[in-house]
Amino acid sequence: MNHKIGYNKLNRVSAHRKALIKNMMTVLFKHERIVTTKAKAIEVRRNAEKLITRAKEDTVHNRRLVERKIRDEAILAKLFKDIAPRFKERTGGYTRILKIGFRKQDAADMVVLELVDYKLDTEKKAKKGDKPAKAEKPAAEKKPVAKKAAEAKKPAAEKKVAEAKKPAPEKKAKAPAKPKAEPKAE
Amino acid sequence: MAVPRAKTSKARTHRRQSINMKLTAPTLVACGNCGNPVLMHRVCPKCGFYRGRQVFAPENNG
Repeated sequence: MNHKIGYNKLNRVSAHRKALIKNMMTVLFKHERIVTTKAKAIEVRRNAEKLITRAKEDTVHNRRLVERKIRDEAILAKLFKDIAPRFKERTGGYTRILKIGFRKQDAADMVVLELVDYKLDTEKKAKKGDKPAKAEKPAAEKKPVAKKAAEAKKPAAEKKVAEAKKPAPEKKAKAPAKPKAEPKAE
Repeated sequence: MAVPRAKTSKARTHRRQSINMKLTAPTLVACGNCGNPVLMHRVCPKCGFYRGRQVFAPENNG
């Protein structure tokens, strides 16, 4: 009997689903926080927590097992040397899911998936908030020089700002989380 | 083939719809930090707080 033990297939074939989860776990360990849909977050979490538990003991065997899912050397090293030791005292529950509301486009339940010791650096955030504004200005100055190019650029920049404004604070986590999560959602 | 014997009157239509197509207002609670009405169990979109934690920087550049 293997009843009532299931997982969300996320409307994908197995190879697609595995790739999605691998990618999202890699990004999660890289940035320690990602913004995604609730369904994906739950699936990523159940996989990611197993890897952290595995990474607590740094052996060749464990490294090989985890390497199957995290195909990025730098992030693999980070997981074993940085993330896993931080959770030494914790027996599971390394990640947190915070609901942040519904995406405008398709009313998907959006969520922040982060490692529990993630610290929001508000000062950094403010600086990051300034950067896109600065980037916009040069684009506006260029406008008279090359009208067509600038016009093409501007809506894109505005979109980025709008995206940043909406649910998530930080470009860093958003940028990687989105491309990974959303193209496949289509 | 079975066919309706009589046209459904406006009154009947509306009576049915008044029960079966009712919309319910979402349950809102006051944000613990800023008092903004928010959906339960969700981060406040205005101040970015949830259960006393700053989840994301508030959007004050609009």
